[in-house]
Amino acid sequence: MIVEFGHFALILALCLAALQATVPLYGASRNHAGLMAVGQSAAVAQFLLIAASFAVLVNAYIVSDFSLATVVENSQSTKPLLYKITGVWGNHEGSMVLWVLILSLFGAAVALFGDNLPPSLRARVLAVQGMIGVGFLTFILFTSNPFLRAQPAPLDGNGMNPVLQDPGLAFHPPFLYLGYVGFSVAFSFAVAALIEGRVDAAWARWVRPWSLAAWCALTIGIAMGSWWAYYTLGWGGWWFWDPVENASFMPWLVGTALIHSAIVVEKRDALKSWTILLAIVTFSLSLVGTFLVRSGVLTSVHAFAVDPTRGTYILILLVLAIGGSLTLYAVRAPALQGGGLFAPISREAALVLNNVLLATAAATVFLGTLYPLFLDTIGGPKLSVGFPFFNRTFVPLMVPALLAVAVGPLLAWKRGDLKGALQRLWFAFAAALLVALVGLYLAGFKPILALLGLALAAWAGIGALVEWAERVKLFRAGAAETWRRARHLPRASYAMTIAHFGLAVSVAGIAASAFAVEQIQMLHPGDTLPIAGYVLKFDGTEKVQGPNFTADRATIEVQRDGATVEELHPQRRFFPLQQMTTSVTAIRSNLLADLYVALGDPDDSNGSTVRAYWKPLTPWIWIGAVIMAFGGVLSLSDRRWRVGVAARRRLPAAHPAPGE
Amino acid sequence: MRRLLFLLPVALFVAVAVYFLLALNPNRDPTLVPSAMIDKPAPAFQLAGLDGGQGLALNALKGQVAVVNFFASWCEPCRDEHSLLMGLEKRIGVPVYGIAYKDKQPDTEHFLKQLGDPYHAIGVDESGRTAIDFGVYGVPETYVIDKEGRIRKRFVGPLNERQVTQELLPLVQQLQHS
Amino acid sequence: MKVLFALLAFLLLAPAARAVEPSERLSDPTLEARARALSEELRCLVCQNETIDESSAPLAHDLRVLLRERIAAGDTDAQALKFLTDRYGDFVLLKPPVEPATYLLWFGPIIVLLLAGSGALVYLRHRKAGAPVAPLSAAEEKRIERLLEEES
Repeated sequence: MIVEFGHFALILALCLAALQATVPLYGASRNHAGLMAVGQSAAVAQFLLIAASFAVLVNAYIVSDFSLATVVENSQSTKPLLYKITGVWGNHEGSMVLWVLILSLFGAAVALFGDNLPPSLRARVLAVQGMIGVGFLTFILFTSNPFLRAQPAPLDGNGMNPVLQDPGLAFHPPFLYLGYVGFSVAFSFAVAALIEGRVDAAWARWVRPWSLAAWCALTIGIAMGSWWAYYTLGWGGWWFWDPVENASFMPWLVGTALIHSAIVVEKRDALKSWTILLAIVTFSLSLVGTFLVRSGVLTSVHAFAVDPTRGTYILILLVLAIGGSLTLYAVRAPALQGGGLFAPISREAALVLNNVLLATAAATVFLGTLYPLFLDTIGGPKLSVGFPFFNRTFVPLMVPALLAVAVGPLLAWKRGDLKGALQRLWFAFAAALLVALVGLYLAGFKPILALLGLALAAWAGIGALVEWAERVKLFRAGAAETWRRARHLPRASYAMTIAHFGLAVSVAGIAASAFAVEQIQMLHPGDTLPIAGYVLKFDGTEKVQGPNFTADRATIEVQRDGATVEELHPQRRFFPLQQMTTSVTAIRSNLLADLYVALGDPDDSNGSTVRAYWKPLTPWIWIGAVIMAFGGVLSLSDRRWRVGVAARRRLPAAHPAPGE
Repeated sequence: MRRLLFLLPVALFVAVAVYFLLALNPNRDPTLVPSAMIDKPAPAFQLAGLDGGQGLALNALKGQVAVVNFFASWCEPCRDEHSLLMGLEKRIGVPVYGIAYKDKQPDTEHFLKQLGDPYHAIGVDESGRTAIDFGVYGVPETYVIDKEGRIRKRFVGPLNERQVTQELLPLVQQLQHS
Repeated sequence: MKVLFALLAFLLLAPAARAVEPSERLSDPTLEARARALSEELRCLVCQNETIDESSAPLAHDLRVLLRERIAAGDTDAQALKFLTDRYGDFVLLKPPVEPATYLLWFGPIIVLLLAGSGALVYLRHRKAGAPVAPLSAAEEKRIERLLEEES
């Protein structure tokens, strides 16, 4: 009975979405306040209905209601509660409901917190959100309905893939969806602006917080996915350039370009049509990602159970949404007039460079991901594209980007002094040189590329701090003045420093993976394995019973200078229902390096293969991402967003104040 | 000129969408790896037979069209195609040979006793090396070898009736009359 | 779908072992290092999202052993890889060969960069800096700072 209510709620939500997609649009064209306001109530109501529907689905999983087909296919009664809940989105149908939930969440947020928007723009933004909602709700109801019954209801379900039985599933998909579904708002803003025929600094100011919020979530989502793969897969890999990984990375790259490009629109009234295009492309890449994951055209460890009819349906959605918006762009964008002028060496130009590099990077990932598919469909040879391609194409693009990220913020708007900026960065250069020399001394010439990466990271990170030091006149104007300036710096300025610093931290972590040390041995109880200054003593394994698995749990003493500093317990788990084995790694991390231990095959005499890795700076990969996201959140909390367009003015009326 | 530039994004998208449409063809299997050995000579091999059997070697196949089926007792889809394999030799008029891939002999023998032995002769590839030489990456796989000993076609996965009538039979007939 | 079943059959029976086993390793560290480097460039055909170095599939194990045999027998890296591509085709290589079919792939990124870069340069040239702005006097600088602080 409750299940039917959930089903009905989705249908009602679809009706509301249809209303939201049409009425406000008409109201905006007629400037009718009442009709425009319909958008807001429809958006909020739509969200509440989908939330209720989602709650019904979650409840069905919690109580193990096996009369629902999806619950049968994806759950089992002995699964721990956390995984019953997270398992809701561990499959196609449930994750689509999460998708529209987040879509409607953002729509409702624009409805409730968008009071600083002109009514016609808000109405159009909500209308476009409504259109996307209509598309995906019909997709769910007609091809992926989670509320279909299983007749007759079996006694127990088929369970979930054991690899998904991990806390990572609780966080990775929700954050990821908050990210790339969140960019739908930027998309809606772009389309609305094209319909209105007007893009100005105010538009950029309104669109930036939504894009930033989505960007922060996507940064965290991707980082969590990477970290989850790292501690789950057993050999310390954290990125495979898998098509679905790339499908989330491309919106991130273009989204980063977007949040930077929007700054130029806001401050200098330039790069308008380019920024609109970025806003459309970011969400379009999210949609392409959705297509790739759920249509079965590519093999991927992430792909859900596939069905070509679903694929066709999503392709139609893609054609309507992306084709429609890009056509609108082709028609309307040429009329957008650019504003502020700036010199070829200036902060605007640096941001243009940023955009060129990020866009090329995204195009590179796109090419590498889809090239095998393109060749295959036209009857060409079957190829595969992996690490080696991306190492040779993507990584070189990041070098100029990292060089520029330290210089750009030091350039003035409109006309910058490159020589002056570089001179002020002498300290960052010294730091980079020092890192390179120390690295050469410790590791020799062989890992030269990794050393270059570390030096670049030092340049970028210290460079970010140098820029802050310049702004507060550190060591040059006395402590009191520095403190005063530091207190008055806008939060967005700190956000930039922190986010760029976070990037440098991540790059350092990535570069340092070349220095990882590996030891793989067959050990018997009492054997020791030396690694990176530690000695690992293998004490044997014991059998352990879990709720839906049995495991071999090893005890490994980590010793340093003869004393045991920690006990690690890697496991080998066997899930009888799915007949699958997974490994649980044990990691000792001091945030500077990870000591990573995984259990391999047993042999016939109480021994086990033990894989031990020492990975310096690897935790920094994810710490850097968290720092970046924190920077983004800090920027969101800057008061200037909340003040909106009508800023307080305490200037003499004779001088109309320019923007900052 | 400027206007044309603005059409570029939608033009690119249309191209991509067309590829996606082609890729959605339900007959397309993205995990399928096409054989690199087509039209190349079949690799030389000499395998022992099951307990009491004479084994299988490439030389025995030369001079006639042959079908070689890689199977294993632990492979579920092999069971699916087994009923089709029984009597296949009679249907297509050429010998059907079997190679047991990475299987323990008692298990293979039990499998064949349970489901029947459709093969003209059987070779035992416990190490899997012969399979690698053929380019096998899963079981079951079925190869068609012509009179000169060249591999002409590979079927990946369990054979179905449609493949036998529409692809295997015509090819075998064509090869026999060439 | 059925092919997936066959491939899954491999997976389900694979133990939780990951990556190269101690018993597979060659005794000569230079040769072993070469083998590891090559393994990382080869795609496992069963678990198609892993290299044979990482994959726990039996076929990956066989290929790792085979690769080491070839290297120990004196093959160069190129010869060892050719041994595998002769049997499995170019799909097994994670680095696609540079040939006419892949020119667009390998040269695409640099072409995009050049196009985007020149597009940006043309755009920047159009936007001249306008009349040079006279530098601010000290009093004007102080006034601007005060205004900026009041705004934040």
